[in-house]
Amino acid sequence: MSTLLAGRVIRISERNGRFSERVKALSGEEIDLCFQCGGCSSACPMTSQMDLLPSKVMRLVQLGEEAVLKSRTPWICSTCFNCAARCPRGIDIANVMEALRQMLLRSKFDHLKLETVGREELREIPPIALISSLRKFTS
Amino acid sequence: MSGEHRIGVFVCECGGNIGDVVDVPRVVEAVKGLEGVVYARRERYLCSKPSIARIREAIRRRGLNRVVLACCTPKMHRETFRTNIEEEGLNPQFLEIVNIREQCSWVHGDDPEGATQKALDLIRGAVERTKWSVALEAGEMEVTPAVLVIGGGVAGITASLRLAEYGLKVYLVEREPSIGGHMIKYPKVFPTLDCSQCILTPKMASVSQNRNIELLTYAEVRGITGVPGDFHVRVFLKPRGVNVEECIGCGTCSRVCPVETVDDYNEGLGKRKAAYIPFPQAVPSAYTIDFEACTRCGRCVEACPRGAIDLEDRGKEVELKVGAIILATGFQLYDMTRLPQYGYGKYPNVITSLQMERILDVTGPTGSRLIVPATGREVRSVAFILCAGSRDTEVGVPYCSRVCCLYAMKEAELLRDRGVEVWIHYIDIRAPGRRYEEFYRAAQEKGVHFVKGKVTEIIPEGDRALVRGEDMMLNAIIENPVDLVVLCPPIVTGEETLRLAEMLKVPVDEDQFVLERHPKLDPVATKRDGVFACGMVIGPKDIQSTTAEAEAAAMKAVNFLSRARRVEPNKAFLIDEDLCDGCGRCVEICPEGAITLEGGKAVINEVVCSGCGACIPECPREALDQHGLSEEQLKAQIRGILEGSEAEIKILAFLEETVVYTAADLAGLARLSYPSSIRILPLPSMSRLKMSHLLYAFAHGADGIMMLEAPEKEGPYGRAHVISEERAEEYQYEIEDHDVDGFRLWYSKVFVPDWRKLEKIFRTYDTLIRDEGPLDQEVREALLEELGEGPS
Ligand SMILES: Cc1cc2nc3c(=O)[nH]c(=O)nc-3n(C[C@H](O)[C@H](O)[C@H](O)COP(=O)(O)OP(=O)(O)OC[C@H]3O[C@@H](n4cnc5c(N)ncnc54)[C@H](O)[C@@H]3O)c2cc1C
Ligand code: SF4
Ligand code: SF4
Ligand code: SF4
Repeated sequence: MSTLLAGRVIRISERNGRFSERVKALSGEEIDLCFQCGGCSSACPMTSQMDLLPSKVMRLVQLGEEAVLKSRTPWICSTCFNCAARCPRGIDIANVMEALRQMLLRSKFDHLKLETVGREELREIPPIALISSLRKFTS
Repeated sequence: MSGEHRIGVFVCECGGNIGDVVDVPRVVEAVKGLEGVVYARRERYLCSKPSIARIREAIRRRGLNRVVLACCTPKMHRETFRTNIEEEGLNPQFLEIVNIREQCSWVHGDDPEGATQKALDLIRGAVERTKWSVALEAGEMEVTPAVLVIGGGVAGITASLRLAEYGLKVYLVEREPSIGGHMIKYPKVFPTLDCSQCILTPKMASVSQNRNIELLTYAEVRGITGVPGDFHVRVFLKPRGVNVEECIGCGTCSRVCPVETVDDYNEGLGKRKAAYIPFPQAVPSAYTIDFEACTRCGRCVEACPRGAIDLEDRGKEVELKVGAIILATGFQLYDMTRLPQYGYGKYPNVITSLQMERILDVTGPTGSRLIVPATGREVRSVAFILCAGSRDTEVGVPYCSRVCCLYAMKEAELLRDRGVEVWIHYIDIRAPGRRYEEFYRAAQEKGVHFVKGKVTEIIPEGDRALVRGEDMMLNAIIENPVDLVVLCPPIVTGEETLRLAEMLKVPVDEDQFVLERHPKLDPVATKRDGVFACGMVIGPKDIQSTTAEAEAAAMKAVNFLSRARRVEPNKAFLIDEDLCDGCGRCVEICPEGAITLEGGKAVINEVVCSGCGACIPECPREALDQHGLSEEQLKAQIRGILEGSEAEIKILAFLEETVVYTAADLAGLARLSYPSSIRILPLPSMSRLKMSHLLYAFAHGADGIMMLEAPEKEGPYGRAHVISEERAEEYQYEIEDHDVDGFRLWYSKVFVPDWRKLEKIFRTYDTLIRDEGPLDQEVREALLEELGEGPS
């Protein structure tokens, strides 16, 4: 699945701790409580499009591994809250996804670039979808 | 054979359970013709009240002096039948029960003729045997109302208090200068995180104040003789240099003592004086001189205000008499220098979990500062390595040490409270049990990092230690440089405990923990009568389970000592002193150590003898026999079962009577089906069988003989089972010298759960013997002649 993980060496330093703390603060979730049961991933309807399963996103956040920000998963997340409904530790994973998106967006990052959307497509996409996508995916 | 035998035989139909297969009327008629039988009768339900009344009446009216009951397995109703015939004035030895349900009708449903013939053969065996029975009385033995508790950890303390409360005299022997065990070393205990010392010291104080408890600290058990109910124990009080009664614990000696040495109470971290008390709340509250370090300068002797110190102390031995023993010697940690990959003893910042407990204690060796003890460097990050040697069949130990997950979380929480980054590297987190999942969650809440993946190596990196391991959740490698690594080593049994177990004759299992009498149904009794065990000595466990076991062991000891002990009459005995030449072979072989030589003659202790019969075949002069299972009884039964039988093939199957017999009963209960050639004769252990018994059986009609033994740890006779295996191998060769092929003797071990296999074993052997045909008549006749019985 993910080239983000295979054979990777994660070296722990104080930076890792700071990164986890930021995600915790932004999401308001008790990330340390995750015990990697995998329930969120089984509940998620979007996993076929993801490069990291939601549970792995949680794990990387626990470890404070910033590479998680390179994952497509937070952008694929449809915020359906299925994961949150199933988590036995009461974590709202969708909130964590949102926190990760926010972290990137705040660094002036646009996941959706309007200029790359073709004319044909623009005509077909409902305007309301376009607007909410811009809200969710651009800084 | 002596006197007139008036044998009564009752054959039960068990509704149709027996009667539908076995032709009971025919059996009864045939039995009437047997010599000595004066009365035979068929019963519909032998265990019913009217039937029992009829048995009793027949004893009275017809003057029966032997009763043979052919019915279901004796495990069902033996006690009822026994009490009833006893009430009619018959000695229980004069009752024989023949199992024609589980061993006959239920397993030969498709072969009524064979079943009927076999029922008759088995009854004939019992009739012949009972003619040789003699009346025997069970003996009684007074017990000593005192208990020895070995080990003064939380297990030994709890058991001692409970026994003393009950009113028994207790001797508590502890090898260290104070009781308290491991628990007293912990600052806090999971899962409640209450102060360990606060909950244990009151109990320790109660021990020292209890009049029923005699506390022997700094002491070791040197020898144990005697028998369950009356053990004689030699205890050595190691030289302590201080008179415990006189010492007021002022500590002057320690202050003036110029010698410093390693502090073992603090797990080797830090130093203490040669005149020392391991910790302030020690019980007894007395100092000790460590003679290995002491230079005998004499300053303490001069300084002691009580004149309590004697540097010439050589220790002394005392002898105790107790009825029961509780083994509570706990555990030790695996020696981590044996797993050099973890760098323990090599890198200063690798320590054990027990050392961490001491560092976390406010009165510990670092004065509660969080530093690497060896370097003084401040600790801001710690990694725990779980399963550092546990659950590994290649190095370390194969089992789970059970408490490590939880104490690692405990220590981690205490470290988190002080702002330290903590990582726990685990294979599986095992937190089953009340309040334990919650404890796990609390550790997570406090921000302890958990990493799934076994760490197998520690790499030094400057002042720090690099922990490298997989994060199995990510398929990635984690490299984590930390200030301190805490190893969670296997929980193991100490050498001293193993020696003690040998002295007590209690076996340990493959993991070196004391073997329970039954791992599920009798978990705090050992294989030896009167010896109980509790706590870590029977396997890794937490304090709660330890305490529960201690309470249970105390109860078992109370029970054991609550009445005179019944001594069953089934003992080995020396037939005639003149026959014994004192060769000592029986002494060697007896698994119970029941035999001694006195004045060159074997003397068998009736109380210790378990009745396994292993000594009897060992005696080269045929000087030994057994009560209740005499040579005559055994031979008569063999002959009775085989001789006069009309069956084409006869296989005599000797079954160990506790385990294997139960398996055969289960096979019957499940209505498995095996050939009716199999005729079962139960024995306490296969080690009772002599070569001559086998030849006797072949001579009298056996075409094959099976010896089905209980596996070593299942049966009640310990090593007897090993002995029988060795003998069977020899017998297989020896019968060939008598022209009987080796395959005509079969030996194997059968567990209770093997009962399904039993059907196959019986079938296979029957086929084998059938294919080879019956034993040659000529060989039989030669054997008869050899045995001095002439042609029959
Ligand atoms: C690091 C660590 C932390 C732990 N923390 C907890 C916790 O927080 N909560 C919890 O529930 N459990 C904890 N445990 C488990 C707990 O230690 C045990 O359950 C408990 O100590 C078992 O008690 P015991 O009396 O059987 O053995 P021990 O505590 O080992 O006591 C045995 C006693 O017998 C003495 N002895 C040994 N050999 C002899 C001999 N030959 N003759 C005379 N005396 C002898 C010893 O000196 C000792 O005093 C922890 C274990 C470890 C290793
Ligand atoms: S469901 Fe909750 S506990 Fe389970 S993996 Fe997902 S976030 Fe972790
Ligand atoms: S000086 Fe004497 S009384 Fe005081 S602690 Fe030492 S031995 Fe005991
Ligand atoms: S060998 Fe068995 S029967 Fe003989 S004395 Fe020992 S325990 Fe008793």
